Amino acid sequence: MSDKKKNWPLWEVFVRSKNGLEHRHFGSLHAADAEMALENARDVYTRRNEGVSIWVVESKHITASNPSDNGELFEPAQDKVYRHPTFYDLPDEVKHM
Amino acid sequence: MSDKEVKNLEEMFEACIARDEKIEPKDWMPEKYRQTHIRQISQHAHSEIVGMLPEGNWITRAPSLRRKAALLAKVQDEAGHGLYLYSACETLGISREELYEQLHSGKAKYSSIFNYPTITWADIGAIGWLVDGAAIINQVPLCNTSFGPYARAMVRVCKEESFHQRQGYEIMLTLCNGTEEQKAMAQDALNRWWWPSLMMFGPTDAESTHTEQSMKWKLKRKTNDELRQQFIDQTVPQADILGITVPDPDLKWNDERGHYDFGEIDWDEFWQVVKGHGPCNKERLNARVSAWEEGEWVRDAAMAYAEKQEERKATTKKAS
Ligand SMILES: [Fe+2]
Ligand SMILES: [Fe+2]
Repeated sequence: MSDKKKNWPLWEVFVRSKNGLEHRHFGSLHAADAEMALENARDVYTRRNEGVSIWVVESKHITASNPSDNGELFEPAQDKVYRHPTFYDLPDEVKHM
Repeated sequence: MSDKEVKNLEEMFEACIARDEKIEPKDWMPEKYRQTHIRQISQHAHSEIVGMLPEGNWITRAPSLRRKAALLAKVQDEAGHGLYLYSACETLGISREELYEQLHSGKAKYSSIFNYPTITWADIGAIGWLVDGAAIINQVPLCNTSFGPYARAMVRVCKEESFHQRQGYEIMLTLCNGTEEQKAMAQDALNRWWWPSLMMFGPTDAESTHTEQSMKWKLKRKTNDELRQQFIDQTVPQADILGITVPDPDLKWNDERGHYDFGEIDWDEFWQVVKGHGPCNKERLNARVSAWEEGEWVRDAAMAYAEKQEERKATTKKAS
Protein backbone atom coordinates (compact mmCIF):
# COMPACT_ATOMS: atom_id res chain seq x y z
CA MET A 1 0.00 0.00 0.00
CA SER A 2 1.65 3.25 -1.03
CA ASP A 3 1.25 6.44 1.02
CA LYS A 4 0.16 8.44 -2.00
CA LYS A 5 -2.78 6.20 -2.64
CA LYS A 6 -6.14 7.61 -1.62
CA ASN A 7 -8.01 5.36 0.76
CA TRP A 8 -11.77 5.30 1.04
CA PRO A 9 -12.80 8.19 3.27
CA LEU A 10 -14.73 7.87 6.54
CA TRP A 11 -18.48 8.55 6.67
CA GLU A 12 -20.79 9.07 9.64
CA VAL A 13 -24.09 7.20 9.53
CA PHE A 14 -27.38 8.49 10.92
CA VAL A 15 -30.47 6.28 10.98
CA ARG A 16 -34.13 7.06 11.59
CA SER A 17 -35.50 3.92 13.23
CA LYS A 18 -39.11 4.74 12.38
CA ASN A 19 -41.13 7.67 11.17
CA GLY A 20 -41.79 10.07 13.99
CA LEU A 21 -38.28 9.68 15.42
CA GLU A 22 -35.21 11.74 14.59
CA HIS A 23 -32.16 10.40 12.77
CA ARG A 24 -29.64 9.22 15.33
CA HIS A 25 -25.90 8.68 15.00
CA PHE A 26 -25.28 4.95 14.55
CA GLY A 27 -21.57 4.79 13.79
CA SER A 28 -19.23 5.22 10.88
CA LEU A 29 -17.82 3.35 7.91
CA HIS A 30 -15.53 3.71 4.92
CA ALA A 31 -16.79 4.11 1.36
CA ALA A 32 -15.53 5.55 -1.90
CA ASP A 33 -18.54 7.82 -2.41
CA ALA A 34 -21.89 8.81 -0.95
CA GLU A 35 -23.84 6.17 -2.85
CA MET A 36 -21.57 3.39 -1.63
CA ALA A 37 -21.69 4.82 1.88
CA LEU A 38 -25.49 4.51 1.82
CA GLU A 39 -25.35 0.93 0.55
CA ASN A 40 -22.73 -0.06 3.11
CA ALA A 41 -24.68 1.66 5.87
CA ARG A 42 -27.70 -0.42 4.95
CA ASP A 43 -25.67 -3.62 5.23
CA VAL A 44 -23.70 -2.69 8.32
CA TYR A 45 -26.29 -0.89 10.44
CA THR A 46 -29.76 -2.03 9.35
CA ARG A 47 -29.66 -5.82 8.97
CA ARG A 48 -32.59 -6.25 11.35
CA ASN A 49 -35.07 -3.53 10.42
CA GLU A 50 -33.27 -0.92 12.51
CA GLY A 51 -34.18 1.84 10.13
CA VAL A 52 -36.48 3.42 7.57
CA SER A 53 -34.15 6.22 6.50
CA ILE A 54 -30.38 6.73 6.40
CA TRP A 55 -28.21 9.85 6.20
CA VAL A 56 -24.51 9.65 5.48
CA VAL A 57 -22.09 12.53 5.69
CA GLU A 58 -18.38 12.49 5.16
CA SER A 59 -16.79 12.78 8.60
CA LYS A 60 -14.49 15.61 7.56
CA HIS A 61 -17.52 17.87 7.02
CA ILE A 62 -18.55 17.68 10.66
CA THR A 63 -17.44 20.50 12.92
CA ALA A 64 -17.41 19.39 16.53
CA SER A 65 -17.08 21.40 19.73
CA ASN A 66 -14.01 20.73 21.79
CA PRO A 67 -14.39 19.23 25.29
CA SER A 68 -11.85 21.76 26.59
CA ASP A 69 -14.36 24.52 25.74
CA ASN A 70 -17.13 22.83 27.69
CA GLY A 71 -16.88 25.29 30.58
CA GLU A 72 -17.35 28.32 28.42
CA LEU A 73 -20.02 26.67 26.28
CA PHE A 74 -22.20 24.85 28.73
CA GLU A 75 -21.62 26.17 32.23
CA PRO A 76 -23.46 29.48 31.74
CA ALA A 77 -26.71 27.48 31.53
CA GLN A 78 -26.19 26.05 34.98
CA ASP A 79 -27.08 29.15 37.02
CA LYS A 80 -30.11 30.11 34.96
CA VAL A 81 -32.61 28.42 37.23
CA TYR A 82 -35.28 30.89 36.13
CA ARG A 83 -35.48 28.93 32.87
CA HIS A 84 -37.21 26.13 34.74
CA PRO A 85 -40.86 26.14 35.81
CA THR A 86 -40.09 25.21 39.42
CA PHE A 87 -38.31 28.57 39.91
CA TYR A 88 -41.68 30.34 40.13
CA ASP A 89 -43.61 30.33 43.42
CA LEU A 90 -47.34 30.00 43.01
CA PRO A 91 -49.97 29.23 45.62
CA ASP A 92 -51.24 25.64 45.74
CA GLU A 93 -54.77 26.79 44.84
CA VAL A 94 -53.66 27.55 41.32
CA LYS A 95 -54.46 24.45 39.30
CA HIS A 96 -53.41 23.28 35.85
CA MET A 97 -50.21 25.31 35.66
CA MET B 1 2.06 20.24 30.32
CA SER B 2 3.94 19.77 33.58
CA ASP B 3 4.03 16.41 35.34
CA LYS B 4 1.89 17.85 38.07
CA GLU B 5 -0.76 19.00 35.63
CA VAL B 6 -0.83 15.58 33.96
CA LYS B 7 -1.16 13.90 37.33
CA ASN B 8 -4.03 16.19 38.16
CA LEU B 9 -5.77 15.38 34.88
CA GLU B 10 -5.22 11.69 35.44
CA GLU B 11 -6.84 11.86 38.85
CA MET B 12 -9.86 13.67 37.43
CA PHE B 13 -10.01 11.11 34.65
CA GLU B 14 -9.97 8.11 36.99
CA ALA B 15 -12.57 9.77 39.22
CA CYS B 16 -14.80 10.33 36.21
CA ILE B 17 -14.65 6.61 35.33
CA ALA B 18 -15.22 5.65 38.96
CA ARG B 19 -18.43 7.73 38.85
CA ASP B 20 -19.49 5.56 35.88
CA GLU B 21 -19.21 8.44 33.44
CA LYS B 22 -18.15 7.61 29.90
CA ILE B 23 -15.04 8.77 28.12
CA GLU B 24 -15.65 10.06 24.59
CA PRO B 25 -13.05 10.23 21.80
CA LYS B 26 -12.22 13.94 22.03
CA ASP B 27 -11.91 13.94 25.84
CA TRP B 28 -8.48 14.07 27.37
CA MET B 29 -7.21 10.59 28.26
CA PRO B 30 -3.93 9.17 29.54
CA GLU B 31 -1.77 7.82 26.75
CA LYS B 32 -1.84 4.39 28.35
CA TYR B 33 -5.63 4.37 28.27
CA ARG B 34 -5.57 5.23 24.57
CA GLN B 35 -2.98 2.58 23.71
CA THR B 36 -4.64 -0.14 25.79
CA HIS B 37 -7.97 0.57 24.13
CA ILE B 38 -6.50 0.62 20.65
CA ARG B 39 -4.92 -2.76 21.38
CA GLN B 40 -7.98 -4.37 22.92
CA ILE B 41 -10.60 -2.98 20.51
CA SER B 42 -8.51 -3.78 17.43
CA GLN B 43 -7.76 -7.26 18.70
CA HIS B 44 -11.46 -7.72 19.17
CA ALA B 45 -12.21 -6.40 15.66
CA HIS B 46 -9.57 -8.68 14.12
CA SER B 47 -11.12 -11.65 15.93
CA GLU B 48 -14.52 -10.92 14.43
CA ILE B 49 -13.03 -10.66 10.95
CA VAL B 50 -10.75 -13.71 11.13
CA GLY B 51 -13.60 -15.54 12.87
CA MET B 52 -15.52 -15.51 9.60
CA LEU B 53 -12.98 -17.83 7.98
CA PRO B 54 -13.54 -21.14 9.80
CA GLU B 55 -17.30 -20.81 9.36
CA GLY B 56 -17.16 -19.46 5.82
CA ASN B 57 -15.58 -22.82 5.04
CA TRP B 58 -19.01 -24.46 5.39
CA ILE B 59 -21.37 -21.97 3.74
CA THR B 60 -21.40 -23.75 0.39
CA ARG B 61 -21.75 -27.14 2.06
CA ALA B 62 -24.45 -26.42 4.62
CA PRO B 63 -26.84 -29.40 4.67
CA SER B 64 -30.02 -27.43 3.90
CA LEU B 65 -31.17 -24.05 2.65
CA ARG B 66 -32.33 -23.19 6.17
CA ARG B 67 -28.88 -23.88 7.59
CA LYS B 68 -27.19 -22.07 4.75
CA ALA B 69 -29.28 -18.92 5.18
CA ALA B 70 -28.61 -18.93 8.93
CA LEU B 71 -24.87 -19.47 8.54
CA LEU B 72 -24.61 -16.76 5.89
CA ALA B 73 -26.46 -14.35 8.16
CA LYS B 74 -24.22 -15.24 11.09
CA VAL B 75 -21.02 -14.78 9.12
CA GLN B 76 -22.34 -11.48 7.79
CA ASP B 77 -23.04 -10.40 11.38
CA GLU B 78 -19.44 -11.17 12.32
CA ALA B 79 -18.27 -8.92 9.47
CA GLY B 80 -20.58 -6.24 10.89
CA HIS B 81 -19.13 -6.73 14.38
CA GLY B 82 -15.65 -6.27 12.99
CA LEU B 83 -16.74 -3.07 11.25
CA TYR B 84 -18.44 -1.58 14.34
CA LEU B 85 -15.29 -2.26 16.31
CA TYR B 86 -12.86 -0.95 13.71
CA SER B 87 -14.77 2.33 13.60
CA ALA B 88 -14.84 2.54 17.39
CA CYS B 89 -11.08 1.99 17.36
CA GLU B 90 -10.50 4.64 14.70
CA THR B 91 -12.01 7.30 16.99
CA LEU B 92 -8.85 6.89 19.08
CA GLY B 93 -6.77 8.29 16.25
CA ILE B 94 -5.53 5.23 14.39
CA SER B 95 -6.46 4.67 10.74
CA ARG B 96 -8.18 1.62 9.28
CA GLU B 97 -5.13 1.04 7.07
CA GLU B 98 -2.82 0.94 10.07
CA LEU B 99 -5.13 -1.50 11.81
CA TYR B 100 -5.18 -3.84 8.80
CA GLU B 101 -1.44 -3.50 8.46
CA GLN B 102 -1.00 -4.62 12.08
CA LEU B 103 -3.21 -7.66 11.47
CA HIS B 104 -1.63 -8.61 8.16
CA SER B 105 1.95 -8.23 9.38
CA GLY B 106 1.21 -10.49 12.35
CA LYS B 107 1.91 -7.68 14.81
CA ALA B 108 -1.67 -7.67 16.10
CA LYS B 109 -3.27 -10.69 17.68
CA TYR B 110 -6.74 -12.14 17.30
CA SER B 111 -8.54 -14.77 19.33
CA SER B 112 -6.64 -18.07 19.15
CA ILE B 113 -9.82 -20.09 18.85
CA PHE B 114 -9.98 -19.26 15.14
CA ASN B 115 -6.73 -21.07 14.50
CA TYR B 116 -8.49 -24.42 14.85
CA PRO B 117 -9.91 -26.16 11.76
CA THR B 118 -13.59 -26.82 10.99
CA ILE B 119 -13.42 -30.34 9.62
CA THR B 120 -17.04 -31.49 9.92
CA TRP B 121 -20.45 -29.85 9.81
CA ALA B 122 -20.78 -30.48 13.56
CA ASP B 123 -17.95 -27.99 14.07
CA ILE B 124 -20.32 -25.25 12.89
CA GLY B 125 -22.74 -26.32 15.60
CA ALA B 126 -20.00 -26.47 18.23
CA ILE B 127 -18.66 -23.04 17.27
CA GLY B 128 -22.05 -21.36 17.58
CA TRP B 129 -22.81 -23.11 20.84
CA LEU B 130 -19.40 -22.89 22.54
CA VAL B 131 -17.36 -20.18 20.83
CA ASP B 132 -20.18 -17.67 20.49
CA GLY B 133 -21.35 -18.74 23.95
CA ALA B 134 -17.94 -17.91 25.43
CA ALA B 135 -17.81 -14.68 23.41
CA ILE B 136 -21.16 -13.60 24.86
CA ILE B 137 -19.89 -14.12 28.41
CA ASN B 138 -16.79 -12.08 27.61
CA GLN B 139 -18.74 -9.35 25.83
CA VAL B 140 -21.80 -8.65 27.95
CA PRO B 141 -19.82 -6.87 30.70
CA LEU B 142 -18.20 -4.68 28.02
CA CYS B 143 -21.55 -3.04 27.26
CA ASN B 144 -20.78 -0.95 30.38
CA THR B 145 -17.12 -0.31 29.67
CA SER B 146 -15.79 3.23 30.14
CA PHE B 147 -14.98 4.16 26.54
CA GLY B 148 -18.24 5.31 24.93
CA PRO B 149 -17.73 4.12 21.33
CA TYR B 150 -16.60 0.68 22.51
CA ALA B 151 -19.55 0.33 24.87
CA ARG B 152 -22.02 1.35 22.15
CA ALA B 153 -20.51 -1.09 19.66
CA MET B 154 -20.75 -3.86 22.24
CA VAL B 155 -24.42 -3.20 22.90
CA ARG B 156 -25.12 -3.74 19.21
CA VAL B 157 -22.86 -6.81 19.06
CA CYS B 158 -24.45 -8.44 22.10
CA LYS B 159 -27.94 -7.97 20.69
CA GLU B 160 -26.91 -9.96 17.62
CA GLU B 161 -24.94 -12.72 19.32
CA SER B 162 -27.76 -14.66 20.88
CA PHE B 163 -29.04 -15.91 17.53
CA HIS B 164 -25.51 -17.15 16.79
CA GLN B 165 -25.43 -19.32 19.86
CA ARG B 166 -28.96 -20.62 19.42
CA GLN B 167 -28.46 -21.61 15.78
CA GLY B 168 -25.30 -23.49 16.82
CA TYR B 169 -27.03 -25.32 19.62
CA GLU B 170 -29.89 -26.22 17.30
CA ILE B 171 -27.40 -27.80 14.89
CA MET B 172 -25.96 -29.84 17.76
CA LEU B 173 -29.44 -30.84 18.91
CA THR B 174 -30.40 -32.02 15.44
CA LEU B 175 -27.24 -34.09 15.13
CA CYS B 176 -27.69 -35.56 18.60
CA ASN B 177 -31.25 -36.60 17.76
CA GLY B 178 -30.09 -38.10 14.45
CA THR B 179 -28.30 -41.31 13.53
CA GLU B 180 -25.53 -42.85 15.65
CA GLU B 181 -23.03 -41.47 13.20
CA GLN B 182 -24.44 -37.97 13.45
CA LYS B 183 -24.38 -38.09 17.22
CA ALA B 184 -20.78 -39.30 17.14
CA MET B 185 -19.95 -36.36 14.92
CA ALA B 186 -21.43 -33.97 17.51
CA GLN B 187 -19.45 -35.69 20.28
CA ASP B 188 -16.26 -35.43 18.26
CA ALA B 189 -16.82 -31.71 17.72
CA LEU B 190 -17.38 -31.17 21.44
CA ASN B 191 -14.20 -33.11 22.16
CA ARG B 192 -12.17 -30.85 19.93
CA TRP B 193 -13.76 -27.48 20.80
CA TRP B 194 -14.23 -27.81 24.56
CA TRP B 195 -10.72 -27.04 25.75
CA PRO B 196 -9.94 -24.30 23.21
CA SER B 197 -13.25 -22.67 24.25
CA LEU B 198 -12.13 -22.62 27.88
CA MET B 199 -8.90 -20.99 26.76
CA MET B 200 -10.89 -18.13 25.22
CA PHE B 201 -11.13 -16.55 28.67
CA GLY B 202 -7.38 -16.10 28.73
CA PRO B 203 -4.70 -17.13 31.22
CA THR B 204 -5.56 -17.88 34.85
CA ASP B 205 -5.83 -14.91 37.20
CA ALA B 206 -2.45 -15.78 38.71
CA GLU B 207 -0.84 -15.41 35.26
CA SER B 208 -2.88 -12.51 33.94
CA THR B 209 -0.99 -9.23 34.03
CA HIS B 210 -3.49 -6.55 33.06
CA THR B 211 -6.39 -7.43 35.30
CA GLU B 212 -6.19 -4.69 37.93
CA GLN B 213 -5.85 -1.81 35.50
CA SER B 214 -8.51 -3.31 33.24
CA MET B 215 -10.91 -3.58 36.15
CA LYS B 216 -10.40 0.10 36.96
CA TRP B 217 -11.13 1.12 33.38
CA LYS B 218 -14.05 -1.28 33.22
CA LEU B 219 -12.50 -3.20 30.37
CA LYS B 220 -13.10 -6.06 32.73
CA ARG B 221 -15.70 -6.54 35.41
CA LYS B 222 -14.94 -10.12 36.34
CA THR B 223 -11.65 -12.00 36.22
CA ASN B 224 -10.74 -14.58 33.59
CA ASP B 225 -11.24 -17.43 36.05
CA GLU B 226 -14.64 -16.14 37.16
CA LEU B 227 -15.84 -15.86 33.56
CA ARG B 228 -14.48 -19.31 32.72
CA GLN B 229 -16.30 -20.80 35.70
CA GLN B 230 -19.52 -19.08 34.63
CA PHE B 231 -19.15 -20.58 31.15
CA ILE B 232 -18.56 -24.09 32.47
CA ASP B 233 -21.45 -23.89 34.92
CA GLN B 234 -23.90 -22.85 32.23
CA THR B 235 -22.60 -25.10 29.45
CA VAL B 236 -22.35 -28.48 31.19
CA PRO B 237 -26.14 -28.80 31.70
CA GLN B 238 -26.58 -27.90 28.01
CA ALA B 239 -24.28 -30.79 27.06
CA ASP B 240 -26.39 -33.04 29.29
CA ILE B 241 -29.51 -32.08 27.34
CA LEU B 242 -27.71 -32.96 24.12
CA GLY B 243 -26.71 -36.28 25.68
CA ILE B 244 -23.01 -35.88 24.88
CA THR B 245 -20.06 -35.88 27.26
CA VAL B 246 -17.74 -33.03 28.11
CA PRO B 247 -14.22 -34.40 27.52
CA ASP B 248 -12.94 -33.80 31.05
CA PRO B 249 -12.69 -36.78 33.46
CA ASP B 250 -12.20 -34.34 36.37
CA LEU B 251 -15.42 -32.46 35.70
CA LYS B 252 -17.65 -32.80 38.75
CA TRP B 253 -20.31 -30.74 40.48
CA ASN B 254 -19.01 -29.37 43.77
CA ASP B 255 -21.92 -28.85 46.12
CA GLU B 256 -19.88 -26.87 48.58
CA ARG B 257 -18.62 -24.35 46.02
CA GLY B 258 -21.85 -24.35 44.07
CA HIS B 259 -19.77 -24.73 40.91
CA TYR B 260 -18.32 -27.42 38.70
CA ASP B 261 -14.74 -28.47 39.44
CA PHE B 262 -12.78 -29.08 36.27
CA GLY B 263 -9.46 -30.44 35.07
CA GLU B 264 -6.19 -28.75 34.22
CA ILE B 265 -6.12 -26.68 31.01
CA ASP B 266 -3.18 -27.37 28.70
CA TRP B 267 -1.60 -23.90 28.79
CA ASP B 268 1.33 -25.04 26.67
CA GLU B 269 -1.07 -25.61 23.83
CA PHE B 270 -2.61 -22.18 24.45
CA TRP B 271 0.73 -20.37 24.26
CA GLN B 272 1.81 -22.39 21.21
CA VAL B 273 -1.28 -21.24 19.33
CA VAL B 274 -0.90 -17.65 20.55
CA LYS B 275 2.68 -17.66 19.28
CA GLY B 276 1.55 -18.72 15.83
CA HIS B 277 1.98 -22.49 15.95
CA GLY B 278 -1.67 -23.53 16.00
CA PRO B 279 -3.10 -25.82 13.32
CA CYS B 280 -4.38 -22.97 11.10
CA ASN B 281 -2.51 -19.76 12.01
CA LYS B 282 -0.74 -19.57 8.65
CA GLU B 283 -3.81 -20.47 6.65
CA ARG B 284 -5.96 -17.80 8.37
CA LEU B 285 -3.46 -15.02 7.94
CA ASN B 286 -2.80 -15.95 4.32
CA ALA B 287 -6.51 -15.91 3.59
CA ARG B 288 -6.79 -12.41 5.11
CA VAL B 289 -3.79 -11.03 3.31
CA SER B 290 -4.77 -12.40 -0.08
CA ALA B 291 -8.34 -11.14 0.31
CA TRP B 292 -6.89 -7.69 1.00
CA GLU B 293 -4.39 -7.81 -1.84
CA GLU B 294 -6.73 -9.30 -4.41
CA GLY B 295 -9.32 -6.70 -3.54
CA GLU B 296 -6.95 -3.83 -4.12
CA TRP B 297 -7.96 -3.20 -7.71
CA VAL B 298 -11.61 -3.04 -6.67
CA ARG B 299 -10.88 -0.46 -3.99
CA ASP B 300 -8.80 1.58 -6.42
CA ALA B 301 -11.42 1.39 -9.16
CA ALA B 302 -14.16 2.54 -6.77
CA MET B 303 -12.02 5.46 -5.65
CA ALA B 304 -11.16 6.42 -9.24
CA TYR B 305 -14.83 6.26 -10.18
CA ALA B 306 -15.79 8.44 -7.20
CA GLU B 307 -13.18 11.01 -8.16
CA LYS B 308 -14.32 11.06 -11.76
CA GLN B 309 -17.92 11.61 -10.68
CA GLU B 310 -16.80 14.51 -8.47
CA GLU B 311 -14.88 16.09 -11.34
CA ARG B 312 -17.81 15.70 -13.69
CA LYS B 313 -20.12 17.35 -11.17
CA ALA B 314 -17.67 20.23 -10.79
CA THR B 315 -17.37 20.86 -14.54
CA THR B 316 -21.11 20.73 -15.23
CA LYS B 317 -21.60 23.20 -12.39
CA LYS B 318 -19.06 25.55 -13.94
CA ALA B 319 -20.62 25.22 -17.38
CA SER B 320 -24.15 26.06 -16.25
FE1 LIG C 1 -19.30 -11.50 16.78
FE1 LIG D 1 -21.04 -14.35 16.89
